[in-house]
Amino acid sequence: MNKKMKNVISESIRMALLLIAVSIIAFFLVINSPIDPLTSYVGPESTLSQEARDEIAEYWGLYDPPAERFMSWVGNIVRGDWGDSITYKRPVKDVISERFSYSFGLMACTWVISGLLGFVVGIISGMREGGWFDRITKYFCLMVKSAPTFWIGLLVLVIFAVELKWFPIGMAVPLGKPANEVTFWDRLYHMALPVITLSIISMSDIMLYTRQKLIEIINSDFILYARARGENEKQIVLRHVIRNIALPAITVQFASFSELFGGMALAENVFSYPGIGTATTAAAVNGDVPLLLGIAVCSAVFVFAGNLMANVLYGVFDPRIKEGVITYEHTHAHSH
Amino acid sequence: MSEEKKTVLNVEDLTVAFNMYQKGAFKKTDLEVIHKLSIDVKEGEIVAVVGSSGSGKSLLAHSILHILPKNAKVGGKIEYCGKELDDKYVKELLGRDIAFIPQSVDYLDPLMHVDKQVIGVYGNKERQREVFDRYHLDERVDTLYPFQLSGGMARRVLISSAVMEEPKLIIADEPTPGLNVEMAMETLNNFRELADKGTAVLMITHDIDLAFEVADRIAVFYAGTVVEIASTLDFIMGRGFLRHPYSAAFVDALPQKKFKPIEGTQPYAGNLPSGCLFADRCPYRDDECAGEIPMRDLRGGKVRCVHAT
Ligand SMILES: Nc1ncnc2c1ncn2[C@@H]1O[C@H](COP(=O)(O)OP(=O)(O)OP(=O)(O)O)[C@@H](O)[C@H]1O
Ligand code: SF4
Ligand SMILES: [Mg+2]
Repeated sequence: MNKKMKNVISESIRMALLLIAVSIIAFFLVINSPIDPLTSYVGPESTLSQEARDEIAEYWGLYDPPAERFMSWVGNIVRGDWGDSITYKRPVKDVISERFSYSFGLMACTWVISGLLGFVVGIISGMREGGWFDRITKYFCLMVKSAPTFWIGLLVLVIFAVELKWFPIGMAVPLGKPANEVTFWDRLYHMALPVITLSIISMSDIMLYTRQKLIEIINSDFILYARARGENEKQIVLRHVIRNIALPAITVQFASFSELFGGMALAENVFSYPGIGTATTAAAVNGDVPLLLGIAVCSAVFVFAGNLMANVLYGVFDPRIKEGVITYEHTHAHSH
Repeated sequence: MSEEKKTVLNVEDLTVAFNMYQKGAFKKTDLEVIHKLSIDVKEGEIVAVVGSSGSGKSLLAHSILHILPKNAKVGGKIEYCGKELDDKYVKELLGRDIAFIPQSVDYLDPLMHVDKQVIGVYGNKERQREVFDRYHLDERVDTLYPFQLSGGMARRVLISSAVMEEPKLIIADEPTPGLNVEMAMETLNNFRELADKGTAVLMITHDIDLAFEVADRIAVFYAGTVVEIASTLDFIMGRGFLRHPYSAAFVDALPQKKFKPIEGTQPYAGNLPSGCLFADRCPYRDDECAGEIPMRDLRGGKVRCVHAT
């Protein structure tokens, strides 16, 4: 119990440090980039005089030393003032929360589907190592891993939306339908293609991992013993294999948050899905500094939360960590 | 009287080879680790298997149970109650008629409570409690994980799972290390009791002293084969009653006998002499020892030596 708390606290501290590091790096990358926030704000065709420009820049603090600018930015963020998005003409906070809610659904579905599918397929191929199923899935995974996300996205788009016409080509809701008439099913239906694409992409990691782990433990002594006690393949998988692989597999799945996030950004663009990924592209194209920085910080929190979850889960479920190593017999041994 | 006893386990000319990469080679070749090994265990009998580390004791157990790794090639014959013990037949027997006591606690699932493991796929909770009680494992032990067991407890848990059903054949790989002397003796006496009720026990052990206590016969392993099988009495009587120079040396090397152990080491499986495997260490070696040495009957035992008398 105590140990678990300590673990969570130290993980949280680690996360806070990483967050600070990300903020610093993101901030300095942006202010050193060729984006001129003033031009982005007023538009390239603006006829504003140089004096007026200087005045605004002065007012915004653009001529202050970078460290000072960073501190005032952080101060504003902490106070809840994230600024306004130039692209969407709305507060950054609103844009991010709306976009994240779309992306979050996408990610959650992908995460669960790719996790379950990858785990099951990994177990089947591992149990039949070298068989036809194993070989096909392995080649499939290697192919997917080496193909660019947008290419797979386009492939899925062409097959399922253009040729088979099973799913819509893009967007999150039917075009032209009033927002209050959009149903849950509309949303799900529109989410299908990006989820399929992302699942295909992120399944391969967890599948290859599960397969590898299974091959590793299937020759271990405790599986031999289970066999020697008359357990058949099915009983071995259900009683021992799942139990021993599930935990590390879930950890790997949580740790893959960052990759999933990256893949999602690309897939959203292919399917013009209005999530955080398309917002990032739009912000980058328009030199929308407040939005870019806001997204960088939120994404970092999101990805770190995934890793934190993985670590905490391990402590909750693995008895070797949960119960500590001191137990019954040790206390006994001392009394001898 | 022992004539009419049924042979439960009969191993004849067992050969085990591993297909693997060897030092300096780029192709997989067969490494033969068990050579023409023959051994049998009768109903109600305890046969102890002794021999130094790496002599193939565990591999014999694993061959009988059909749990060798995939790259193992097995030749020869293994019979259970007169019937060829093939893959299909062994599946019917494992966990019920044939029980295995493995060499270490690593053979338990690290993430499963021990009671569930001992119950396995054929047992039930009631029986498990009964057996645990017999081995002084109280209720708290039921829900421990293997890593929480001491060496002695782990041993007793492993033995418990072997006696959950009523096996006709028990194969025990080093059942006593980690146990204190009383517990070790008690375990062996349990084997004796089971044997007296008709169970055949193949007991692998480092501890020849313990073998002396309960075994009916002792088989001596050397470099992957049996060099001598004889009644325990012959071993207790000492070298004059033994047939093979290695078993004589093995008994002499016991700490309480103060004899010098024989020079040299067991040959490596990849580099075996063509004739007698013991030749390079044998004081009685001559030209005849370079040929094939068959196992032969001698004075009620069996020996693999051309000069044994
Ligand atoms: N999977 C394997 N691949 C290759 N060689 C193996 C394999 N398993 C065992 N061996 C070899 O076979 C020989 C016999 O091993 P085995 O485990 O039967 O010895 P043992 O008599 O049980 O020894 P110990 O008393 O240490 O338990 C050893 O030389 C070992 O290196
Ligand atoms: S066969 Fe020859 S070398 Fe081998 S043990 Fe007998 S006497 Fe010694
Ligand atoms: Mg062994």
